[in-house]
Amino acid sequence: MALLEVEDLRVSFPVPGSGGDATSSVHAVNGVSLALESGRTLAILGESGSGKSVTAQAVMGILDEPPARVAGSVRLRGRELLTLTPKQRDRVSGEEIGMVFQDAMAALNPVYTVGEQLGELLRVRRGLSRSAARRRAVELVDRVHIPAAKDRVRDYPHQFSGGMRQRIMIALAIALEPDVLIADEPTTALDVTVQAQVMELIAEIQRDSGMALLLITHDLGVVAEVADDVAVMYAGRIVERATVQQVFAGPAHPYTEGLLASMPRIDRRDEELYAIPGAPPNPARLPAGCPFHLRCPRADDVCRATLPVLEPLPDGRASACHHRKELLHVGG
Amino acid sequence: MSVDDELVLRVDDLVRHFPVKGRLPFTSGGVVKAVDGVSFDLRRGETLGIVGESGCGKSTLARMLVGLERPTSGEVRFGDAVVHAARGRNLRALRRRIQIVLQDPYTSLNPRRTVREILLQPFEIHPDVLDRGRRLDRVKELLDLVGLDGSLHLDRYPHQFSGGQRQRIGIARALALQPDVIVCDEPVSALDVSVQAQVVNLLERLQRELGVAYVFIAHDLSVVRHISDRVAVMYLGKLVERGPERLLYDAPAHPYTKALLSAVPVPEPVGRAQRKRILLAGDPPSPVDPPSGCRFRTRCWQATETCAITEPVLAGGDRAVACHYPLAAA
Ligand SMILES: Nc1ncnc2c1ncn2[C@@H]1O[C@H](COP(=O)(O)OP(=O)(O)OP(=O)(O)O)[C@@H](O)[C@H]1O
Ligand SMILES: Nc1ncnc2c1ncn2[C@@H]1O[C@H](COP(=O)(O)OP(=O)(O)O)[C@@H](O)[C@H]1O
Ligand code: SF4
Ligand code: SF4
Ligand SMILES: [Mg+2]
Ligand SMILES: [Mg+2]
Repeated sequence: MALLEVEDLRVSFPVPGSGGDATSSVHAVNGVSLALESGRTLAILGESGSGKSVTAQAVMGILDEPPARVAGSVRLRGRELLTLTPKQRDRVSGEEIGMVFQDAMAALNPVYTVGEQLGELLRVRRGLSRSAARRRAVELVDRVHIPAAKDRVRDYPHQFSGGMRQRIMIALAIALEPDVLIADEPTTALDVTVQAQVMELIAEIQRDSGMALLLITHDLGVVAEVADDVAVMYAGRIVERATVQQVFAGPAHPYTEGLLASMPRIDRRDEELYAIPGAPPNPARLPAGCPFHLRCPRADDVCRATLPVLEPLPDGRASACHHRKELLHVGG
Repeated sequence: MSVDDELVLRVDDLVRHFPVKGRLPFTSGGVVKAVDGVSFDLRRGETLGIVGESGCGKSTLARMLVGLERPTSGEVRFGDAVVHAARGRNLRALRRRIQIVLQDPYTSLNPRRTVREILLQPFEIHPDVLDRGRRLDRVKELLDLVGLDGSLHLDRYPHQFSGGQRQRIGIARALALQPDVIVCDEPVSALDVSVQAQVVNLLERLQRELGVAYVFIAHDLSVVRHISDRVAVMYLGKLVERGPERLLYDAPAHPYTKALLSAVPVPEPVGRAQRKRILLAGDPPSPVDPPSGCRFRTRCWQATETCAITEPVLAGGDRAVACHYPLAAA
């Protein structure tokens, strides 16, 4: 049994203005299954709108239901989370699963100091006294390598730079020592130099605590640097699941293959980039058959008619492509 | 000088300071030195990439290049004309030759105008470029050129397009008056990886076909490497290094360039544990009160007393570096 298991997760939202008609909804997540072990890093890779954040929010239990409709199963150490009462669920988030977001300013409360926000969490959730909570808050701010932590806890979020705010959000997320950290594009808004600092900090905390990391990103470079395993999402589904080495050595899905070829490299200069034609589909209007068929160079009649399901390959990975076996033989 | 080496832009010691308000009424808070002495040349048909961290002055520089922002001092020369000294007709003529494409395709196009109106507008501002009767055909040609179906898309509004399509419309608008220079300020930063490659390829094809020169500004160093012939690295309002793409990326001479490059994640998991990375401490200092001497010294692992006292100048020809102790080629 893995630490975190997600099985056939489905999330949809009613389309506004449709008068509650059950047939018109955005199917943001369409049957996602994942497993994450202690101490490991699983990256969910995908372009915008592919359902990465909705998946993360459903696992964390922070989607408003309704309007969101969530189905499937999310288990932490074998315990089902989707059927918990909101109160029980609240305890799990924070204590067992922590989360950091792309936009720290939106996630932090602008009218309380950093020390007050950390202190309150520790007093309410851990029952610490006021002074013990204050001491622990300073330790946490220091833990995320903010200089002069003792003074900085008295500052408000807007008094920190973008990179520092991201660190503070990490301090809040790890304050209750969760087993799983979900990080949704934690460095997307940051400069590369600051991104490198923040990723190093997360890796360091992970080494010390053995926490598992579910990292959501659209950046193939970040995936290659930190992930153990990768799940590639397209149109609300996982289309490929493999180890990071497998993905970069030769993808088993044409979409992953296209993504790798379309990315310019820092370490060499290619003549021309491969460009996947078209744009990611609107999840409210997915094409029939394989959702990637309009953009796929390998698409044939089978692809246009039948939805491929995520199936295992002999080497342990899984791909949702009718032609996955040929792809591996051609790509080597 | 051969025809290919003909200079289209000469940028000389360009400075832009913004006054900032003090905390108390009637006090002055000093100045933001957004751009503080930037010089470079741009050759016909080439791409000069400009990279640097957020807030280092890239967009302010871009706006000055196209005449949208007045420099505090210094000048931008286009041929024999000084961009900011031009008035009236001359200014209009210059504006036509230097165009800009911005990052956010969502805000750079007027939401209440159709694509037809957006692309006809440049000809209304510059009516002498093309007879009224031939403009619509030209608009259709422009859409074709950027890979949008001219007959299909004319009467749609920007919100009816995807981000990548909007960026194509922005590029078509910039191309309308057949400029010599297009300044691209983060033109692909808001796009998904797959769509970004389409737009990068489009810009490269247009350059081959039309001979337009680009100043390509981005914080993504991989994209800049791919598209640029030469690259300039900016830090706190100044260029710290400038050189041909290959030399700059394979053998950076300025410590900041080296640190910036080493922070970029490499899309290759094999050998990642052995990879050496220079982790710069902290954030860039404030451009209101930059460090004395070398502006990079507060984050530089090589800094000495000299660096705090004497400002290094950008020295060299095609390959120039502003550092007292430039790194030796590896
Ligand atoms: N109109 C203005 N008034 C005052 N300060 C300004 C103004 N425009 C820019 N600045 C300041 O000048 C500096 C450079 O800004 P600029 O927008 O050129 O940076 P940039 O390199 O384009 O950053 P980014 O990568 O975030 O786009 C910043 O400190 C910015 O806050
Ligand atoms: N609260 C919501 N209401 C309606 N649609 C939503 C909501 N949240 C997300 N979506 C839609 O679900 C799809 C997946 O979104 P998301 O998970 O945020 O994508 P990403 O992979 O970029 O994180 C998108 O089409 C998005 O517009
Ligand atoms: S199923 Fe067909 S269309 Fe879909 S990714 Fe595979 S080859 Fe392409
Ligand atoms: S001049 Fe000194 S501080 Fe500046 S980059 Fe060179 S060595 Fe570093
Ligand atoms: Mg998201
Ligand atoms: Mg900018």
